[in-house]
Amino acid sequence: MIELKGVTKRFGTHLAVDNISFACPQGETQVLIGTSGCGKSTMLRMMVGLETPDEGQLLFEGQPLSESNLSRVRQRIGYMIQEGGLFPHLSVRENVSVVPRFLGWQQSATDSRIDELRQLAQLPTSLLDRYPRQLSGGQSQRVSLMRALMLDPDVLLLDEPLGDLDPMIRAELQQDLRTIFRELGKTVVLVTHDLAEAGYLADRVTLLRHGQIVQQGDFSELIENPIDDFATQFVQAQRPVLA
Amino acid sequence: MNRYLLVLLLLIALAVLPGTVPAPGIRVGSKQDTETAILGEMLTQLIRATGEKSTRLAVGGTTVVFDALKRGEVDLYPEYTGTLVKEVFAGDPTASQENLASLLAAQGIGISQPLGFNNSYALAVRRETAERLQLSRISDLSAHPDLRLGFSNEFVDRDDGWKNLRKAYSLPQENVSGMEHDVSYRQLEVGDIDVMDAYTTDAQLAELDLVLLEDDREYFPRYDAVVLFRTDLEDRYPGLIKHLLKLESAVSETEIVQLNALVASREASELQAASDFLRDKFSIETHVEDRSVAAIVWDRTLEHCDLVRRSLIPAIFCAVPLGVLAAKFPRLGQLILGAVSVVQTIPALALLVLLIAPVAYLNLNTLGAGSMTAVLALFLYSLLPIVRNTATGLSTISPEYDESATALGLSRLFKLFHIELPLASPSILAGVKTAAVLNVGFATLGALVGARGYGQPILTGIRLNDTALIMQGAVPAACLAILLQFLFEYSERWLVPAGLRPLSVGGDDNGSRS
Repeated sequence: MIELKGVTKRFGTHLAVDNISFACPQGETQVLIGTSGCGKSTMLRMMVGLETPDEGQLLFEGQPLSESNLSRVRQRIGYMIQEGGLFPHLSVRENVSVVPRFLGWQQSATDSRIDELRQLAQLPTSLLDRYPRQLSGGQSQRVSLMRALMLDPDVLLLDEPLGDLDPMIRAELQQDLRTIFRELGKTVVLVTHDLAEAGYLADRVTLLRHGQIVQQGDFSELIENPIDDFATQFVQAQRPVLA
Repeated sequence: MNRYLLVLLLLIALAVLPGTVPAPGIRVGSKQDTETAILGEMLTQLIRATGEKSTRLAVGGTTVVFDALKRGEVDLYPEYTGTLVKEVFAGDPTASQENLASLLAAQGIGISQPLGFNNSYALAVRRETAERLQLSRISDLSAHPDLRLGFSNEFVDRDDGWKNLRKAYSLPQENVSGMEHDVSYRQLEVGDIDVMDAYTTDAQLAELDLVLLEDDREYFPRYDAVVLFRTDLEDRYPGLIKHLLKLESAVSETEIVQLNALVASREASELQAASDFLRDKFSIETHVEDRSVAAIVWDRTLEHCDLVRRSLIPAIFCAVPLGVLAAKFPRLGQLILGAVSVVQTIPALALLVLLIAPVAYLNLNTLGAGSMTAVLALFLYSLLPIVRNTATGLSTISPEYDESATALGLSRLFKLFHIELPLASPSILAGVKTAAVLNVGFATLGALVGARGYGQPILTGIRLNDTALIMQGAVPAACLAILLQFLFEYSERWLVPAGLRPLSVGGDDNGSRS
């Protein structure tokens, strides 16, 4: 579905992504994991065209990403970031329907789609007319997810979507996300630094360090057979949580 | 979005609403001093006595009013022969009192015979000083190098001023200070200076019992008061000029000094002084409308609001797009912000004078009520706060909103109108508010080109040293600024998207993040 071929990205002298090739098969949930600054977010941002690679190529369904197809590709991708990125001047309803409005949907079509998604994301109707600052962190992320799913995209890209939430709400949302991913059969790429979250959500895990892939495969494989010292350290650092 | 559309339409309607009608009838110019104001008023009332309409335009500076006469925006105005030679035809070495008529005729301008008095420069001393040092002629000054001289700033610099006077008489004095003309009188009175420059028809000369020193080397040219008029005036109003030229040789030096004193002491307005003179001299009864202060302030308010709306609203429509460009293209932005900042540094009078030529070129009225010169200057002054706040508002939007909008696949234009401008709206509105308040203040300078408004009583008040008159302009101007401030604060509540407004106490801010 989405493919990176020999992609390199530098910010000044810092090498964020170093000649990475990576593929994300349809219907699977891929988790990118690693310490901060390992390049995982940059990879995700390149997939939605927020950064352009210095070298290498990005493919969407086999087609290279370019200025001409970018906006069409973006409409087939749902993108969600840590604090939701909800527009503060728009109500929940307006935030969720910003793309339908851009595309000129009928109001009735927008309304019924909002209602479907509201049920899927388990958001109370009473919140639809609130403004983002009147929402809790968990509520914001549910709204953000609704907005990402509005056009029923084929791909969901999530950048630390639960990073800022307290543990109880986080666990609840992890559960809901897993259900939604399975139910909708989307291709998902999720970035996190939390090994437990990766284990819970991922079909496949990719461990990154200094812009390079350290290990890639099943979650259990990473836990049981860390490929090198770094992978071992990374896994052990979070072991107590897993136990 | 509907409310924005409504506001836009309202603004456009307000901007194009027909305003003050340009001055009707025959336009008489005058400068901003008492004497030419009285002479101008005489001319205006004489014209009205024939049944024609006439308006007087008080504008700042010889060049401004002379150029307006050349262009036909003013039909006639009182001037002095010395000023014509030394200032208007300063670049022409052949110009002299004798050939003025032919020089002016070449420009389509006629000149009257002298009105009967010579308002020359002179040097004045206290009677006590004159008697003690036996001073009666300017050349007597050379024997007293310690005398302290205080001259009006203009006199220090003018061609016919101190520099050349000193050479002509070989005067030794070194202690020369430049000051406001009215201040010189006070300094001389209390003895801080010994000698000052004066206009021979100044009312204060008699009041303070000063002695004028004889110009024994005939250094100063004659400043005979004359009337300049467009020669086409005779074609348009046959017989009118002959009627006006009644004033030739009709105003003696004693008479003009009295009239100046009447106005300077505030016993009579310029209108009243001129009217009384015409009645006593020619038995011409003119009607001087006695208007209440409230009615006058109301008229000034309308004129002032007219200047503000016709400059501020177009400025909003230009400055917001400029601010958007500045935010989107930082290189261009530097240029735009630099340009509008430079405009802000040009002194008001200089900007007004600079703008007269282009406005005249576009065939718009440069002077008087509804002056496009004033409107354009105010427009330029209003740009900076709006451009800067728009650009800052847009470029300080948190990048996460920008990226969210981009990742959602929104077009640049949609993003601008639905995400960026609403997010920047508090900053943009604050800029408009600043511009509006500044504009109300700057608009008082419109009076320099005869656009009236609250600036007119302020200018006249400064000239007459009349605090009450200054207040008549300054207080309503301050009130208008405060009113606009309130209006904008109220409209902010309505125009800033609800999600960005400060939360009211006890509002429905349940479930906040913290």
